[in-house]
Amino acid sequence: MTDMHPDQAIAYQASGAISAQPVSRHNPVIPGTRDDGTLTEDPSKRAPLVLGNRSFNDVTNIVCGYAEAPMPKPWLAFFTITSTIAALGTGMILYLIITGVGVWGLNNQVDWAWDITNFVFWIGIGHAGTLISAILCLLKQNWRTAVNRSAEAMTIFAVVCAGIFPGIHVGRVWFAWFLFPIPNSNGIWPNFRSPLLWDVFAVSTYATVSLLFWYMGMIPDVATLRDRAALRLHKGVSRPFAMPMPIGKGLILPFMPRPDTIRVFIYGVASLGWRFSSRHWHRYEKAYLMLAGISTPLVLSVHSIVSFDFATSILPGWHTTIFPPYFVAGAVFGGFAMVLFLLIPLRVILPNFSDLLTLRHLENMAKILLLTGTMVGFAYSMEFFIAWYGANEYEFAVFANNRVNPAQAPYWWAYWTMITCNVLFPQLFWIRKMRQNPLVIWIVALAVTIGMWFERFVIIVTSLHRAFLPGEWHMFFPTWVDILTFVGSCGIFMTLFLLFLKFLPVFALAELKVVMPQSHTDDHH
Amino acid sequence: MSMIHNITNAAADYFPMLLRKAPPRFVTESGKPVHSIVAEFDETPKVYKAAQKVRDAGFTKWDLHTPFPIHDIESAMGMKTTKLPLLAAAAAVSGVAFAALLQWGTSWVLYPTVVQGKPFEAWQPFVPIMFELGVLFTAFMCIFGMLALNGLPRWHHPLFTHDRFMRVSNDRFFIVIEATDPSFEPAKVKKLLEDAGGSHITLIEDAD
Repeated sequence: MTDMHPDQAIAYQASGAISAQPVSRHNPVIPGTRDDGTLTEDPSKRAPLVLGNRSFNDVTNIVCGYAEAPMPKPWLAFFTITSTIAALGTGMILYLIITGVGVWGLNNQVDWAWDITNFVFWIGIGHAGTLISAILCLLKQNWRTAVNRSAEAMTIFAVVCAGIFPGIHVGRVWFAWFLFPIPNSNGIWPNFRSPLLWDVFAVSTYATVSLLFWYMGMIPDVATLRDRAALRLHKGVSRPFAMPMPIGKGLILPFMPRPDTIRVFIYGVASLGWRFSSRHWHRYEKAYLMLAGISTPLVLSVHSIVSFDFATSILPGWHTTIFPPYFVAGAVFGGFAMVLFLLIPLRVILPNFSDLLTLRHLENMAKILLLTGTMVGFAYSMEFFIAWYGANEYEFAVFANNRVNPAQAPYWWAYWTMITCNVLFPQLFWIRKMRQNPLVIWIVALAVTIGMWFERFVIIVTSLHRAFLPGEWHMFFPTWVDILTFVGSCGIFMTLFLLFLKFLPVFALAELKVVMPQSHTDDHH
Repeated sequence: MSMIHNITNAAADYFPMLLRKAPPRFVTESGKPVHSIVAEFDETPKVYKAAQKVRDAGFTKWDLHTPFPIHDIESAMGMKTTKLPLLAAAAAVSGVAFAALLQWGTSWVLYPTVVQGKPFEAWQPFVPIMFELGVLFTAFMCIFGMLALNGLPRWHHPLFTHDRFMRVSNDRFFIVIEATDPSFEPAKVKKLLEDAGGSHITLIEDAD
């Protein structure tokens, strides 16, 4: 990307800076290597978090420039596809509600299948966002500033997708309010001793706190977008409203308000009049730290409580004490895979982002994938070991005959897909070259995302499909509605993520500026 | 006395029909009250030292606007630590108490329900929801308490009339000394800000 987009030039001019070109890279990849200058292993040196000798103004321009430019054609193309898929998913949900839960492949034996698999899959994806914003904040891991905003956004969108399934799987959806602490017509309240109700509280608290955390982090950055739009209007360099067209330039609609007028209003209301006061920043940082402090046990509790849905039952394969830590590790694992899966293509599509999201960031996340993947692998082997060592023949049969042994288990392929994707693939990251190569990381992240869906499928369906009496044994076959509902939820997730990319600050601007050397208060650095 | 004065003035912003502001001590040539004097800085170390100078000159009603939170600016400005953690702790306790009341109250008092033969007084099954609601209430207090203590949302402010001030969200730093400060004297303040290395020193008018 050598020439500047006209809107970026306008934004640059409007912000009062004289120097040209925020887009060129001052710091190319070190010649002859893949290193972008951040892959140092020397402990006495600290790798830079923002590359290319960027000034505060450059960083502001990079992050805001994309939100302010007209909708790019590839974005529009992607958005058309994903929103069509999202609409298809919504149609499937409507069909389910109108016709009944029989449109899914559930049967008397397997009464939880893809619905709850999708629920646990999506809720798990969200955990990386909270982990990055909360736990890495408490551990003072400054590299998190490059990824926290997009990972938090991903958390919210994943929880949105997760929230769909418990609501619609109840069969008679109009009774979904039974989930909430409201007395029914006999004056009886929901059973607070049931893990399913704990789950309602855990997931709704998690969704609310994540949303607030995300929003609070965005207030200053949205205020930046507000100020830039207002400046462009004051200086008369604001472009007119243009309807995007599939081919050629956008169609200018002079009777519509300028996009900057709309921006000033919406970003202005959303930024609550934030004026970057140090007295405000002081309370803001305290609030942020406390939110990080309470989100840390919260994120650990959410997937623990989700695992209680299974672990407190007496079904072999579910009734194990290892479930809470095993689920939490798996959630972080799957979440980081999704973060990498989405962000690595972004570095290619939006080249300036690779100055903010360096190879070291990717390497750090690859290391977390290796760690959590190995933890998940340990959990798989430990639950198998306990099934054997505990001498419970039903539990052992679930593992040996329902999952592992291809001669006996009809779902052996699901189990071995899970092992290959979740345990074997991340082991590549022991090799430094592998965890420093974005393409390899992306492929592993894709494998892990697939593997983590299969993990939930294995836990739920292979345990349910053969209960204690062979007379009750049933296979589960998904219908087209099952499949398209899941595909539709992916469409909803991607649509929301694309909207986020276009309209909100994708990087935490204020936090990025804190980790730049110019933010230090002494002259020596 | 000055505290009562401040509270009255703040309340007058919200209830202009009930309360009048005290007459301004300083007015501009056009007769509008002076809100503040603002100076612009372009580097973090400079503004940090300038903040120390303003603090040492004894000002109390002043502020420093920066694109990002500067590390340890609290001591350079002589700021007191916020009471927000105490409020958050109170919210946590009330969240846990609310969850306890909700669960015992509904399953033991309003409609005593025996489920799975478990005794009413067993507390263990109620722990998860007590924890979740404690977290939820604390989070509400952290965010809404932070906004309330900051006096936000407030969509209009005299500083927003100053075009240069909009670069605060990009890469500039601003020290603002308000006219309500007891030791505010326009000439003295301008001199102090100039000596501290500020540029584009501007007088900001209040709305009316």
